[in-house]
Amino acid sequence: MANKIPRVPVREQNPAQRAANFEEVCYGYNANEAMLEATRCLDCKNPRCVTACPVGIKIPRFIERLKEGDFSAAADIIAEDSSLPSICGRVCPQETQCEGSCILGIKGEAVAIGKLERFIGDWQLEHRTAEHAAPATNGHRVAVVGSGPSSLACASDLAKMGYKVDVFEALHELGGVLVYGIPEFRLPKQAIVRKEIEAVRRLGVTFETDVVVGRTVTVDSLLDDEGYDAVFIGSGAGLPRFMGIEGENLNGVFSANEFLTRANLMRAYDNESDTPIYVGRRVVVVGGGNVAMDAVRTAKRLGADATIVYRRSETELPARREEVHHAKEEGIEFRMLTNPTRIIGDERGWVREINCVRMELGEPDESGRRSPVEVAGSDFRIECDAVIMALGTLPNPLIASTTSGLETTRRGCIAADADGRTTREGVFAGGDTVTGAATVILAMGAGRRAAKAIDEYVKAKNAKQ
Amino acid sequence: MFEIVEKRLLADGIFLTRVHAPRIAKSALPGQFVIVRADGNGERTPLTIADYDTADGTITLVTQALGVSTRKIVAKEVGESFADVAGPLGRPSDFVSMSDEELHRTRFVFIGGGVGTAPVYPQVKWLHEHGIEADVIVGAKSERMLIYTDELARVGRLHIATDDGSRGFHGLVTALLEKLVAEGNTFDRCVAIGPMIMMKFVALTTKKLGIGCTVSLNALMVDGTGMCGACRVTVAGKTRFTCVDGPEFDGHEVDFDEAMRRQGMYRTQEERALAIMREREAGHKCNIGLDK
Repeated sequence: MANKIPRVPVREQNPAQRAANFEEVCYGYNANEAMLEATRCLDCKNPRCVTACPVGIKIPRFIERLKEGDFSAAADIIAEDSSLPSICGRVCPQETQCEGSCILGIKGEAVAIGKLERFIGDWQLEHRTAEHAAPATNGHRVAVVGSGPSSLACASDLAKMGYKVDVFEALHELGGVLVYGIPEFRLPKQAIVRKEIEAVRRLGVTFETDVVVGRTVTVDSLLDDEGYDAVFIGSGAGLPRFMGIEGENLNGVFSANEFLTRANLMRAYDNESDTPIYVGRRVVVVGGGNVAMDAVRTAKRLGADATIVYRRSETELPARREEVHHAKEEGIEFRMLTNPTRIIGDERGWVREINCVRMELGEPDESGRRSPVEVAGSDFRIECDAVIMALGTLPNPLIASTTSGLETTRRGCIAADADGRTTREGVFAGGDTVTGAATVILAMGAGRRAAKAIDEYVKAKNAKQ
Repeated sequence: MFEIVEKRLLADGIFLTRVHAPRIAKSALPGQFVIVRADGNGERTPLTIADYDTADGTITLVTQALGVSTRKIVAKEVGESFADVAGPLGRPSDFVSMSDEELHRTRFVFIGGGVGTAPVYPQVKWLHEHGIEADVIVGAKSERMLIYTDELARVGRLHIATDDGSRGFHGLVTALLEKLVAEGNTFDRCVAIGPMIMMKFVALTTKKLGIGCTVSLNALMVDGTGMCGACRVTVAGKTRFTCVDGPEFDGHEVDFDEAMRRQGMYRTQEERALAIMREREAGHKCNIGLDK
């Protein structure tokens, strides 16, 4: 019978302290806390959490093993469906997925599934480093483009099936959005991301950085000249969007991608790094997603007064609830139902103020959210010296435009079926480059499905010959 | 990877570095650039490719040591390696995709200013290899600062301008262009690479002379692949990314004043970093923590 105790609180760095450093906010559960929290699971006959998980992790089953203290067995159960538990445990929007559908959440608090997954993921990274030696090769080679979540998942599954996998990354660091986008305080790079990548490397996967597919090599040249049997494209959605309002090219206006790349990938906050970053004293971040929260909290940590400006209300904020909560604790100001219309500069061309209008919520739009409508004559200005645009990203057109026979959708995404098959034979794709900016877990799931499809494709092709 | 196989001083503070980068050498075309990171703490610095050799798998970069990052790049010696060289990035020059007939119909004049002279070379060389002799104006402050003149004289018709008259035409590259036109030369397309201020005035002069103008912008960048948008530039009233939509644009449509303003966005930080680097080189250790 499940234990009727309240949700076990998770230890966190205190808000005043962490608002001035880049160390991880949440410490996670230790073994005792995790095992205690695990006793809260009702082990439902029809587990709604499993249905709500984008990759269908057998949640009650892994929690059952965790409760018994058999962490290794719990890790095996998660591994059937997810290859990145310590990452997804940290960045998944659990409140709209597994935890959002937990029966306990109806009257009280849901089981802390994300924190339990994180515990098992971290335990595995620490304790199972010697396992999973490179399996025997089947003689076939697959090229993987990009090294973010979809690519890592695809590469590791293919390697386990015996494929020789080479991953090509455009930047100088591996991990894609996990290293350039998500900040250290939410996802530690050395302790977590690098270890996940090392685990993939131990399977025999090779990584080559500084290869911009579409420029340094092309998908065509990988297939035709370098002799790969198939190519998986997991190049993400890296192209930043701007609002198209007046003053957007003033000095002091940045995309969240630029600001976060300087801080995360280039470690601009570290004295030893040569990359500069401009923070300003008062920073306005436009947007309400996870990227907006990451940017505003990074600006705060670099010493700025930081404000979120979002055109809908708090209920519509697309960011993870935990990030919004953490941001508020850290002293971030939230200005909801506010939309920028113009950025005003000083005589030297630097940002001085941002002109906004108030919004009210009208009828629901196609996304089901109530769409914001401008309140006439409600203009007002916020004084600031930096503006960061966090309005979402689009896939980079470079690969699609340099690959023959690869079709894209109206939104510029690579057209692919549910298993990642594109319009070009032998070319597969998954993650944000197919869906547009989404979540790590969806990208991971897409990478794994594509690995299966690639295996079927290569086997079928060889059976014919 | 990215081992330096040759290094030469071309002029005061301007170095040629030939780097082993076979994948880039194989794919590079005139007009493209690379991103270089000297070491593990280095900035991602965009540098236009000055030459590439598929046979030995090298590319040539010409760098003027100005700030911390460019000084780190030129400090690397033969046998050492850069941490990273990524590319070739950006779109190749428009003429690369022209038909032979169109190429031969177009009369090209190139203008290279200062360190910008080096990336003019692969363009003029490419045309030379396609049977076209272009006119090339090379400008510098003085004879001592001229670079790539011998190389360019081999592949095009070279004209030299120096600010102090120590060699060739005494005056600015724009005045020399006007002189060449006044002497009866006709040009359809001018390609200018150099300091932003030079390109701005070349754009104004060519507009007046009725000559088409292409400029290669050296905007600030982080990733160089379209991800950060630091290199935003307004061209014909529209925001474009220098790294993926450029680096070459129609000079008559570029908002140079905005481009120059944006180029100076990190000047305070850059000057501070350089001052700290110099102090450290001079053996001065700050005791009151100003270098932190």
